[in-house]
Amino acid sequence: MSADGGTNGGGSDLVHSREAAGAAASAPATARVGNPGPPLWMLCELTYTCPLHCVFCYNPTDFARTEQELSTDDWLRVLGQGRELGAVQLGLSGGEPLARDDLEIIVAEAHKLGYYTNLITSGIGLSEARIQALKEAGLDHIQLSFQDSTREVNDFLSSTRTFELKSKVAALIKKYDYPMVLNVVLHRLNIDHVQQILEMAEVMQAEYVELANTQYYGWAWHNRERLLPSREQLQRAEETTNRFRERAGQKIKVFFVVPDYFERRPKPCMNGLGSVFLTITPDGTALPCHAARMLPGLTFPNVKDASIEWIWRDSPGFNHFRGDAWMKEPCRSCPEKTKDFGGCRCQAYLMTGDAANTDPVCDLSPHHHLVTEMVDKASAPQPLPPPVEKPLLFRDRKNSRTLSGL
Amino acid sequence: MTALGPDDRPSLGKGFRLQWEPAQKAHVLLYPEGMVKLNGSAGEILKRCDGARTVGEIVSDLESTFATSGLEKDVTAFMSVALDKRWLEIRE
Repeated sequence: MSADGGTNGGGSDLVHSREAAGAAASAPATARVGNPGPPLWMLCELTYTCPLHCVFCYNPTDFARTEQELSTDDWLRVLGQGRELGAVQLGLSGGEPLARDDLEIIVAEAHKLGYYTNLITSGIGLSEARIQALKEAGLDHIQLSFQDSTREVNDFLSSTRTFELKSKVAALIKKYDYPMVLNVVLHRLNIDHVQQILEMAEVMQAEYVELANTQYYGWAWHNRERLLPSREQLQRAEETTNRFRERAGQKIKVFFVVPDYFERRPKPCMNGLGSVFLTITPDGTALPCHAARMLPGLTFPNVKDASIEWIWRDSPGFNHFRGDAWMKEPCRSCPEKTKDFGGCRCQAYLMTGDAANTDPVCDLSPHHHLVTEMVDKASAPQPLPPPVEKPLLFRDRKNSRTLSGL
Repeated sequence: MTALGPDDRPSLGKGFRLQWEPAQKAHVLLYPEGMVKLNGSAGEILKRCDGARTVGEIVSDLESTFATSGLEKDVTAFMSVALDKRWLEIRE
């Protein structure tokens, strides 16, 4: 979600029916495809405001175009309509959701409606007064992300200011009896420090650590050449993680999410678009995944103009990639299409220019060489262009305005 | 597999919540960023795990509710799996 791998990793353990995606009707894309199940996972990106400027953020690079955020009343209405449709896991992210001063009101309403509420935060702005208010409002879970980027990496790794802030927040999370879940997004510039990161998690008494390798969307896609690790780096990091697991035993559960560029089969992205995930962006645009706004030729509805029910069941944007009528070869005749749904539409679009193509991570894709070439380049002895030619682009409003041509 | 005795008092693990979902017509177990949709018997067992009742009491309750007998083995087997998955815990 914001600087995190929780959704960046697409990693939910949702156990659910796949009928929604499997009931492939050969209806035209503008009609309802099949009978979609509930949007079990609703992600509310409350704001694009963020005190951080992470180079690997998945937020759209043109976020500066968003001027008007949804009001408190809009969010409360969205929560009610989503719950009626069967939404039950609620992610509150951004940006930094703590930047909204109505977060406690939103959490209280969500709790009352029966959602399981997950706050995805950098921890910046999480005072004791706020965590207490959030606990009272019924917040179920806090995922604390480490957002080190090169501006902060030294500070973070040399255990000074950032470490103190995180330790303070981690202690608050413990004090208010939340499970301690740390999320660290890994990339070329920090993956060699996995040992220190895990030791830090141990000091903070984390119960779960997610080492989520960056996935390349938004700002991360823009910065991909500087963020993609080499094969060697990845292998070392996995070995370090395994050694730590052996030593730490049951005390800390460590998840290591491999970047999919190193795989031969694509991830079942969002379990198929329009199957279980529903994202609402800060301005109220509803998306079948948090990066889907980039997909060309699709229009996505806004919660200010339409009900969640119509958006989920009937809007063309949500039906377009349901079922498998949209698929091309090699997916169309592939027996694995019911397992991976052809992979990620955004990745297919970013790399091949056509969102209906097979995700090029798949080695059956005629475009798979685009992925292996990137990994080869990242693994070559001197792979990076000099920083002057291609500097890291930080996620901030000024850069966003430049990229948006504003 | 975690062994458990008839006098243990299982309760839901920290961070887990059990509820009935009309949209799914099932009990679900919710936890940080995830969910398990339960089948009928798993739901019936877990909803009785309140940290107050013993395994023995839960078995008797299930046997009388569903007018049957000999459930102990299945119930404890399920509970062992649930303990391993941290769905359940036995507080000291």
